[in-house]
Amino acid sequence: MNRTTQLPDRRPVRERKGAAATAASPRARTATRRRPRSQQWAAWAFLAPVTVYLALFYAYPLYRNVDLSLRNYTVRSFVQGNAPFTGLQNYRTVFDDPAFGPALMHTVVFTAVCLFFQYAIGLALAVFFNQHFRLSATLRALFLVPWLLPLIVSASTWSWMLNSDSGVVNSALHAFGIDPVNWLTSPSWSLTSVIIANIWIGVPFNLVVLHSGLQSIPRSLYEAAALDGAGAWRRFRHITFPLLRPVSAITLLLGLVYTLKVFDIIWIMTKGGPADSSTTFATWSYRLGFGNLLPAFGPGAAVGNLLVVAALVLGLVYLRVQRKQYAS
Amino acid sequence: MNRPTRRRVTATAMTVVALTAGTTACSSGDDTPSAKAADGGNYTIWDPYPQFAKDSDWAKLLDSCGSKAGVKIKRTAFDTSDLTNKALLAAQQDNSPDVLILDNPVVSTLAEAGALTTTDENKVDTSKADPNLLAAGQADGKTYGTPIGANTLALYYNKDVLKTAGVDIASVKDWKSLTAALAKVKKAGKKGVTFSAIGTEEGSFQFLPWFWGSGAQLTELDSSQGVSALSLWNDWLKKGYAPNSVINNTQTTSWQEFASGDYAFAENGTWQLAGAEKAGFDYGVLPIPGADGGNAAAPTGGEFVTVPVQSDTGRYATTRKLVSCLTSTENLYDTDTTLSYVAPTGEVQDKQVASDAKLKPWVEAVKAAKGRTSDDLGTKYPKISEQLWKAVQSALSGSQSPKAALTAAQDAVK
Repeated sequence: MNRTTQLPDRRPVRERKGAAATAASPRARTATRRRPRSQQWAAWAFLAPVTVYLALFYAYPLYRNVDLSLRNYTVRSFVQGNAPFTGLQNYRTVFDDPAFGPALMHTVVFTAVCLFFQYAIGLALAVFFNQHFRLSATLRALFLVPWLLPLIVSASTWSWMLNSDSGVVNSALHAFGIDPVNWLTSPSWSLTSVIIANIWIGVPFNLVVLHSGLQSIPRSLYEAAALDGAGAWRRFRHITFPLLRPVSAITLLLGLVYTLKVFDIIWIMTKGGPADSSTTFATWSYRLGFGNLLPAFGPGAAVGNLLVVAALVLGLVYLRVQRKQYAS
Repeated sequence: MNRPTRRRVTATAMTVVALTAGTTACSSGDDTPSAKAADGGNYTIWDPYPQFAKDSDWAKLLDSCGSKAGVKIKRTAFDTSDLTNKALLAAQQDNSPDVLILDNPVVSTLAEAGALTTTDENKVDTSKADPNLLAAGQADGKTYGTPIGANTLALYYNKDVLKTAGVDIASVKDWKSLTAALAKVKKAGKKGVTFSAIGTEEGSFQFLPWFWGSGAQLTELDSSQGVSALSLWNDWLKKGYAPNSVINNTQTTSWQEFASGDYAFAENGTWQLAGAEKAGFDYGVLPIPGADGGNAAAPTGGEFVTVPVQSDTGRYATTRKLVSCLTSTENLYDTDTTLSYVAPTGEVQDKQVASDAKLKPWVEAVKAAKGRTSDDLGTKYPKISEQLWKAVQSALSGSQSPKAALTAAQDAVK
């Protein structure tokens, strides 16, 4: 999903670059005045499909979502379209909701813990598979399975495995003489359970991206380091990790955006419960808007927008860090 | 130097916005299927029965009703949980189907939205339907549709398990005797009872017979009776009479537990009758007992046939023909047999019992049942229900005592 949505965003940049280059070329400058203009028109024409696509499928829904969050929508005004403008009232409702604090906590914990483990395990596996041994390609392919499975299948399988009474995890624990754990039905475990499932799903993505990053590190560096007497750990710390930094940064950013909005796994496994113990902003937003017989579109959209803002802010932080790296 | 960075800023910002917007943008209505027929000869029907394919009896019935009225039917089936929002979006865009079949507690929501016509406007005949069923589709003295079939909840029991445990089912008359029976079953090494206490409308639906059976009212969640109902479930879980998995059980997964043959009791609905025949053990059905004996009122399930508002009011005449065809005595019988529902009219209920005596307890249960949105609760019900299922989940998962959970729920409803 990350890859497909990324494409249209990259394209305009490349095209704009191309257009700018031709417009600025000395040839175009010396030619008659008409020419650059027609070329500019052509550039705009090439840009148009992407712009229209973006406006229609990204800008408009986003605008609608902001609009929804600023009006007091009831089912009646939703249908008749005369919802009064209430400013930030919906946001106030959301902030004052007793569910806000816990949901924020869960979102932060869920995202941070998932990111950390996905990245750490993904990196460890990537380094491991980077040593060429028999079956390494086959095993690496097998690790992709969680990523390829439809989420409904993997989430249902997890919830079946973690079932308190008939799940295989509890029977395995039982075999070792450990008391059964109410993975999905105890408020103290439910968040842990969805985090474990989400880490499992996210590891392959990290593995693939980091593995491809590793392949671009020249072998000669390792050979030189080995000649200088650097051990495996030093080679990792002083060659692999620093050279992987740009790839790591983008992996973490994509992982962050992806993890922030994780909804399906949590909804299928726990519905955000019991007693809101695994509710994140994503499931809360859905529950407000759709999880009830009487939808509350306004607050639901407000929570969704908070997520967008959070992702945007963290994206900008990433850019700032990157710029500093370039400058140094 | 500055330029490429700025470009990257825009690109990444756009990426982030685009990716995140993926989740949040569902609330806007870009993908609403168009229900408006291109020409006057096409009539659209939306139903919540995706299990019926194009060649099913249900789809054929719709087609034959259409040809009788001289029009062509375009049918779209939605998942029940999806239908409310699709219907709201369609109404927003003046794109509603001609006939909308929807879950009964949602009728009041759509009526509140002004998306449905009243029977005064669409002239649909509701005189034959049982009043307790019809009540779910009524608000402020107006009726917004007619039931196509009804279902409700009762206790299925496994005769083999009860025999092993030495329980006489005739002794189960109230909560006390039921709990005593569960204790015996557990002693015999079998499992007691399974139900669904999931954090959705399903959880409230399953809790209501016990809640109402205690004498509690939905207008006062934290009454002592309400607390006693929740304490009953809570004690069952604590003592191991009910499995901990009920907190996440849907009615389907709860049924799967019962179908394993280990459980003595299961709270489930009319629609599982066909599954019970296939379960491979001898089963019986018992109305859910009230706290001190008698039968508890169970909530009615089942769908309503409604006529959404159209800008072209000339369509109602043909729509009325379609609705009366769908709810004619003969067709109701066929439809409710396929759905494994109890018919909404006395006449068809008699016919159902005559052909299958096993339906008798269910017909009685439906007659005693109560609509969730009845008592003029209307659109207040969804809010109460959400707090109710939350309270049930808080208590059963041990994060709050039944009393504290229901008090918090009552405060949140206000």
